[in-house]
Amino acid sequence: MEVATHRASDRTALHRPGFWQAGVLLSALVLALPVFTVFSFIFVPAGEVWSHLAETVLADYLSNSALLVLGVAFGVLLLGIPTAWVIAVYDFPGRRFFEWSLLLPLAIPAYIIAYTYTGLLDFAGPLQTGLRDSFGLEGGDYYFPEVRSLGGAVIMLSLVLYPYVFMLARSSFLGQSSSTLEAGRALGAGPLRVFLSIALPLARPAIVTGLSLALMETLADYGTVQYFGISTFTTGIFRTWFGLNDSAAAAQLAALLMSFVFILILLEHYSRRRQRFYQTGGRHRHPVHHPLRGWQRYAAFTICVIPLLFGFLVPAGQLLVWALSIAEEAIDMSFLQLAGNSLLLASAAALFTLMLALFLGYGQRLHPSKPVAIAVRFSAMGYAIPGTVIAVGVMLPFAWFDNTLDEWMRGTFDLSTGLLLSGTVFALLFSYAVRFLAVSLQSVESGLSKITPNMDDAARSLGLAPGKVLRRIHLPMMRGALLTAMLLVFVDVLKELPATLILRPFNFNTLAVRAYELASDERLADSSTAALSIVVVGIVPVILLSRAIRRSGETHE
Amino acid sequence: MRKASLSIISLLAALVAATSFSGTALAAEEVNLYSARKEALIKPLLDHFSAQTGIQVNLVTGKADALLKRLQLEGRNSPADLLITTDAGRLYRAKSAGVTQSTSSIKLMDTIPAAYRDPEGHWFGLSLRARPIIYVKGKVSANELSTYEALADPKWAKKICIRSSGNIYNQSLVASMLSHDGKEKTQHWADGLVKNLARKPKGGDRDQIKAAAAGQCDIAIANTYYLGKMIKGKDPSQQTAADKVAIFWPNQSDRGAHVNISGVMLTKAAKNRANAIRLMEFLVTPESQSWYAEANYEYPVREGIEWSDLLKQWGSFKADRLNLAKLGQHNAAAVRIMDRAGWK
Repeated sequence: MEVATHRASDRTALHRPGFWQAGVLLSALVLALPVFTVFSFIFVPAGEVWSHLAETVLADYLSNSALLVLGVAFGVLLLGIPTAWVIAVYDFPGRRFFEWSLLLPLAIPAYIIAYTYTGLLDFAGPLQTGLRDSFGLEGGDYYFPEVRSLGGAVIMLSLVLYPYVFMLARSSFLGQSSSTLEAGRALGAGPLRVFLSIALPLARPAIVTGLSLALMETLADYGTVQYFGISTFTTGIFRTWFGLNDSAAAAQLAALLMSFVFILILLEHYSRRRQRFYQTGGRHRHPVHHPLRGWQRYAAFTICVIPLLFGFLVPAGQLLVWALSIAEEAIDMSFLQLAGNSLLLASAAALFTLMLALFLGYGQRLHPSKPVAIAVRFSAMGYAIPGTVIAVGVMLPFAWFDNTLDEWMRGTFDLSTGLLLSGTVFALLFSYAVRFLAVSLQSVESGLSKITPNMDDAARSLGLAPGKVLRRIHLPMMRGALLTAMLLVFVDVLKELPATLILRPFNFNTLAVRAYELASDERLADSSTAALSIVVVGIVPVILLSRAIRRSGETHE
Repeated sequence: MRKASLSIISLLAALVAATSFSGTALAAEEVNLYSARKEALIKPLLDHFSAQTGIQVNLVTGKADALLKRLQLEGRNSPADLLITTDAGRLYRAKSAGVTQSTSSIKLMDTIPAAYRDPEGHWFGLSLRARPIIYVKGKVSANELSTYEALADPKWAKKICIRSSGNIYNQSLVASMLSHDGKEKTQHWADGLVKNLARKPKGGDRDQIKAAAAGQCDIAIANTYYLGKMIKGKDPSQQTAADKVAIFWPNQSDRGAHVNISGVMLTKAAKNRANAIRLMEFLVTPESQSWYAEANYEYPVREGIEWSDLLKQWGSFKADRLNLAKLGQHNAAAVRIMDRAGWK
């Protein structure tokens, strides 16, 4: 039976290189459609708006965005790498708990953490009011760092984005065969030296991947910078579009932003290409965690507790306090509906995006070629683009398709097909895929890159078709990477706001929409119940998947 | 893989079910509404309307510009019958985009004052949102204040809090000054105002009031309903803050205080035209009109409606009767003035 099916699949289209190449190219192009749509506006003359921008605000946009990206890069590396290292290599009290709990800040939307810290630390907040009251000070008598500043935005974004670096670095540290590290130790290198000259360089591709995800998300952030009053590229796009009412110039700003991102992506790709390490594929024994003693245990504990405390416990605690004391919005049955909608959307989007990423990633591995590589890079750029811009990029071609078809059907058959794609759940899922493909793709690609091509060759020479190789060899070997990809997209969709807001069908709300509606009405405390629900709904999969990732790390890599 | 495909198919099925069961089920009589008013600030009225008429209202909320874009792209196939926005600038923008149609409902024409509806019947105001000066009692006395224009006087240096110029209510305020004072005078005013700011603009309107109450500035500019929500909310610290400030109605001896409106328009693609007009008329009935004041401390657009106690406390005032279409016309120019003034 087995043999017969192999024969049959040998003759299927799946086996022909043309299928994969054309399929991958086509899907990548469709996914890149919104990005191309935005880019197409560079040919529309935008009038003298540009000279106005250049004279007044463009320099601010550029320098603030650049500083924000640099600051967040520093922040996420600082929080992400040491935590990943001590958890992957050492044993100390709380290690198992930190393993998953350090991912929790992912479940908090950046703008929500910004609200909570502003509530706590602002001039009119409890901390500064308390200081003034107890020391009899007046405003201006003392120095207190301003939360709503560029530095504040850097800290807020770092606190919720470091998990990308943490997650990828940890799995890379875990995957490094312990024999390599032990060889270093046997040669007399101290722990710091092993870390700096063996582990860190080996993990560099994974770290750069995590970093580039964090930075793309930083560039796409609107909620935090807008609330903090910082003029960045993103706020500039909206100001030009809505305030100056010039959508062409706004799209051109977005295209400029995307060009920067494209450079970032190329750099990331380049760094990965220069270094390639394969696992030999054999099963390793349980990763060894060296027990720490004395002060070192406290040091490791402190390293891990800081990001958890400030990235999750403080903001979640503030939300809880608000929810219990002053929120006028009670949790009722409508929340169940909202949570159900959010869960459904996030799971469907996570699966859909993962399948696309697998198809693109594996297709590229099978038949690497320049055009395919470029198309795939383009399709993954959505992650750095503000959700509203993506949504418009999705609406334009969809509406064009719907209306053109409708026009033709009316003309030919006197029958109206109306809107087939616009305003449907599919449009929503598609825009999530465009927005979050990068996240999935990075995980899938780095998972695939660890599997030596010798494996593919061996399997193929034994008569397995490419699709079968993927299913029977690669998928089991990269289970951890696949779960990571799903988890990240799931949590991202749970938090996603702008695209959901524009594209959702009638009478369909999510937790993020509810939280936003109250927050944007300046009812921060009232939005805490919905925000807290996002966190709660996000925590369960974070815990489950983190366990699964650990198990797969122990047995497969 | 197969398991994954199965689960994605079942997820999709569940999603389709969730979206269709949540309301769009074949109602014989319905109206489809795109609303920039938040769900909490419109849904209760819509439910009331449905209960009265048996007409189901399907709702998508969102930001006005995004909803307008969606309406534009969907073209004649758009399911939306009505569009609600929360400022006059967007009403004007939707009309210029050519996605709306006029109605000549006598009920609407008779109840809504001419300044608060489109001369050609494309949009109709539903509620008024006033943006006066808010000052700290004890630090500033009301007779030091007079007009918006006077806030540029150097005597207020480092004493004023106002939010960023990205906010539509600030853009509308500057647009209204542009229509009254002209470009040069308004630019001069904006330059002066920015010099008088106590801090870089940040946060929302409530934050300005809170900062003033906490002593960071003496004067804030904010919409009154935010103050109303602080007074009536459950947060004791916000109540204390609200107690420390009072409202000053500016420009009472000339044009009146600046107001904006939330308003409704009938889309060009409307398929449920009659029902849509019924809903529009319902939104300006006396009951609905007093609801805006009860639920969100906004002012009724219709005259002769009894105000809520809080609104009465703030006192009656003369509102600017500039036709609000002007706010939309001057919006882009206003943003440029603010950019040049360095108003972040």
